[in-house]
Parts: sequence; structure tokens; C-alpha cells
Amino acid sequence: MKWNKRKLIDMIMSNMSAACVVIAIIPLVSILYTVIINGISSINPDFLTQLPKPVGEPGGGLGNAIQGTFIVVGIASLIGLPIGILSGVYLSEYGENRFGRFVSFMADVLTGTPSVVAGMFGYTFIVLYFKSFSAIAGGVALSVLMIPIVTRTTEESLKLVPGSIKEASLALGIPKWKTTLYIVISTGKSGIITGALLAIARISGETAPLLFTSFGNMFWANGLDKPISTMPVQIYTYAIAPYPDWHAKAWAGALVLIILILVLNIGVRFITRRKYGM
Amino acid sequence: MDREHLSFFRISRSKISGDFIFEVVVGFFALSILILAFLLFRELFVESGLSRNIFGLGFLTSSTWDPVKEVFGALPFIFGTLVSSFLALLIAVPFSLGIAIYLSELAPEKLRTPLSFIIELLASIPSVIIGLWGIFILAPFIRDYLAPPLSTYLGFLPLFQGPMYGPSMLTGGVILAIMIIPITSSVSREVIMTVPTHQREAALALGATGWETTQIAVLPYARSGIFGAVILGFGRAIGETMAVTMVIGNSQKISESLFSPSNTMASVIANQFSEATSNLHVSSLIEIGFLLLMISIIINIAARILVWKLLRVESGGRA
Repeated sequence: MKWNKRKLIDMIMSNMSAACVVIAIIPLVSILYTVIINGISSINPDFLTQLPKPVGEPGGGLGNAIQGTFIVVGIASLIGLPIGILSGVYLSEYGENRFGRFVSFMADVLTGTPSVVAGMFGYTFIVLYFKSFSAIAGGVALSVLMIPIVTRTTEESLKLVPGSIKEASLALGIPKWKTTLYIVISTGKSGIITGALLAIARISGETAPLLFTSFGNMFWANGLDKPISTMPVQIYTYAIAPYPDWHAKAWAGALVLIILILVLNIGVRFITRRKYGM
Repeated sequence: MDREHLSFFRISRSKISGDFIFEVVVGFFALSILILAFLLFRELFVESGLSRNIFGLGFLTSSTWDPVKEVFGALPFIFGTLVSSFLALLIAVPFSLGIAIYLSELAPEKLRTPLSFIIELLASIPSVIIGLWGIFILAPFIRDYLAPPLSTYLGFLPLFQGPMYGPSMLTGGVILAIMIIPITSSVSREVIMTVPTHQREAALALGATGWETTQIAVLPYARSGIFGAVILGFGRAIGETMAVTMVIGNSQKISESLFSPSNTMASVIANQFSEATSNLHVSSLIEIGFLLLMISIIINIAARILVWKLLRVESGGRA
């Protein structure tokens, strides 16, 4: 009898924890399903290549927002990737001291920076200085979110490089900096690339940092020092507007953005897993 | 002979200077992270100076937020952030624990990696898309199916009184819960996986069932780390902006009811910052941003220390 009761509790708790997993997956499935169902009908070549039309006029697209997202994310990567990767190299290869541990700790803490605060930083640091919303300000705001992530993933993946490889290289008389560049980094390359691509995927969907840095624009990009349209901000604008036509465009934009991000995310994991298998 | 000597000299010299230059260069990039942290802090601190001079500490306790009369107090937003984040934790923690336990202890070996991958995939969906889904799917669902039973059976509590239109504190809390489950569950899972196998084997050898093993041998060991994971989720909830902004209803009123619209620190910034025209309004919003940054940094430090302590003990034990 007692034994049965214990077994029953075991069964109930196991099933309840399995149910937690199932319930947690429901929102994901629902989000993907609604985005696909509501978005697919508005997607056509025009939607991907045309400028948005004013309210009431049919047609128009997100061409400039797609272009703008690539530009802003590109700027953020140009700033964030070198800083993040080289800092990660320092932390993994030279960081066994107080300074290194402190930097590593700060990078970890900075990964928790609220995205809207990063946007504010872009505003006070760049927008106020140049007196204009700009693509550059958006890129800077996104790079604030990107740098700590890339730093930590680079550090982690370089720390996985076996010490014996480094020692073999050093024993051949190759200086440490060359060992780091040609042996350590090239061995840990796929980890660094994975981290970088995941960081790019992460910032591509960020809206809050762009609201008051890159702002928005109904036209094609006309300079890095000018406001620029981006997909996340455009989706936000469409979503909170009271027009059903704009809602349809928000869903379609969401579908494009989600495809971009999921392809990056799943693709990266798939590629690296296969590499490690080999 | 001379040449040999020279070339040896050259190699050793270039070795020293090359190493030195390389270390200085990458060290400088590492330093830039500290500079970034400092700049982040400084910019927001300096730009919020106007608001701090005028309102002082009263900024934290005043509930008047009136851009027309230029009187600003952050209490409604601090309240909204705390309530929505606690609500999110209340919902997310049991689920995250269940997920972490299932995926680290109870699930069939084959299912563990794909299931955790799927759950973490939720974290990669942009906040604005979750907000879009929140406006059109979640908010109506809560209004039609969750709020009516709550007000029928728990309506005697002030928490569940008043009309419910969809966008509300409750909707904000639920959407935050959905968004923090991936991080809370994956960190808890990592922490649980550091529990040494012999702990489990000892319990199993005494005849404990799978659940009893988890309960007596695994969870007590991982407690502080799980607490760290929860705090990490809390930090995420506090800083989350877009999805909450889109479903919380944006109201400056402090209300007892979870059914009324509200506003969080992050959402008021997202809503008003680009439209704020007066210097004082902008400065007050930046002060809210500064507070938000401070709170999330403190929370993150606390969480890291709790999680790290456990992971370090474990790796120290192995070495």
C-alpha cells in the first residue's frame, strides 16, 4: 500500500513536469502558427521590394525596412564584432588576472542591460551629439547589446581549445601571439562564428533600442546620418495602429523577420553540430 | 657566425615585442568593455541631472506623472514593473522548475536535447513579434477565457475586480512569464545538471523513486543556483520592453486590480521618449532608464554570484 502511494506520487510528479514542457511549448507553436497564417497572404515580391504606402492606399511594402535592418545591423556588427571577439581573445588567453576576471564579470553583467536602456544610450551619446536620429545611432545602440554577448561566447569557445595544442605550438618556438592567432583562434573558429551569428540574430529583432535612435523613415535609406526604417520598428508601428490593413502588414513583416532570425538560429546550430560531429 | 647570432637575436626580440603589442592591443579591447559600462552609466546619470535636481528623492515616491504641468514622479512605473515582474515569476517559476527537472532528470535521454532546443527557441523570437501575438491572440484570450472565471471565483479579492478589456497588468504579467521561462528553465537545468551523479545514485540505492531522488538528493543541492536562475528571470522581466509595452495598456494610474491597464518603467520610456519635447520630460524618462539600469545590474550581479558559486564549487570538487 505504502509502496503504491510512493509510486503514484512519482508518476504524478513526472507527468506534471512533462506537462510543464508541453504547456511551455504552446505559446511558441501558437506564435509561429499565427504569424505564418496571418502573414503568408500578404507576402509577395512587391511587399519585399516596395516602399510603404500611406494609410488607405493598397499595396506597398517593407523594402526600405528590410534594407534598413541590414544597414543598421551591419553597422552594429562592424562595431560590435571586433570589440567583442578581441576582448574575448584577451579574456581567454591573457585574462587570468584580476583585471581579466573583472572584465569578464562586467561583460556578463552587461548582457542583462535592458534593451530600452541601450536605446537611451544611443540617444544621449549619438543623437544628441549630432542633433539627428540616424542609422549610426541605431547601430551603436545595438552594438551595446552585442558586445557583451560576443565577448562571452568568444571567451567560452576559446577556453575549450585544448591546452596541449597551445603547448605544442609554444614548444616549437612559435611566439604566443602567433599561437593565439593561428592555432587557438583557428581551432576555436566555429565557436566564435556561431556566437557572432547568434548575436546578429538576437539584435536583428530588437525594437526598443531603435525607437529613438534610428527612428523610422518612409523612404529608402539616404545616408547613415539620417533616420532609417527598420523591420522591427515598422512592425511595431503597424501593430499599434488602428488600421486592419496595417495589421496585415505587421503580420507579414513579422513573418519575414522571424524567417530571417530562425534561419540564422537553426542554421548556425545545425552547421556547427555537423562540424563537431566530423 | 655573425649572421646566425643576429638572426637569433632578431627572432627573440620580435617575439618579445610581438607578444607585448598583441597583449596590449587585445587588452585595450577588453578595457573598452569597462569603458562602455562606464559610459552607459555616465551618460544616463548626467542626462538625468535636471530631473534629479528638481524632484530629488521625491521622484521615487510621487505618483503624479503630468507632462503638461511638467510634474514627474516615477512611482506608477516602479509599481507596474514590480507587480508585472512578480506576477511573471509567480507563473514562470513553477513551470521553469518543472521543465528543468523533467529535462535533466526524468525525460528519456533522446528527448532532452531537442526539447530544450525548442524551449530555448522561444527566447530567440523578437519581443515585438511576441507583442504582436500578445495584442491579437493572448489579450483577447485572457479577456474571454481567463478573466471571467477569475472574477467569478476570486472576485472578492480587489486583485480581480473591475472591467477587463484585454490590455492589462495581468496580460503583461502573462506575456513576461512566457518570455522568461526559457532563461529561467535553461539556467535551472544547467545548475541541476551540475549535481554530482553519486548524490542521485545514493538516493536511488536506498530505494527512492525518480521523483523522490529529485526531491531529496538533487533539489536541495541545486537550491541556491535555482534561486539565481529565478533572479536572472526577474532581471529579464524588469528590462523587457516591447511585448509589455504592447499589451499592458499604458495607464499612469496605480490600481489594485490586475485587470486595469498599467505601465512599466521600460514601457513608459518606449511610449513617451520619442514624443517628449520638454527637457524636463526627457530628463525624467532618462532618470527612469538610469534606475532601470541600476536595478538590472544589481539583480544580475546577485544572480551571477549565486549561479557561479555553485558552478565553481562543483568544478573545484572535480579538480
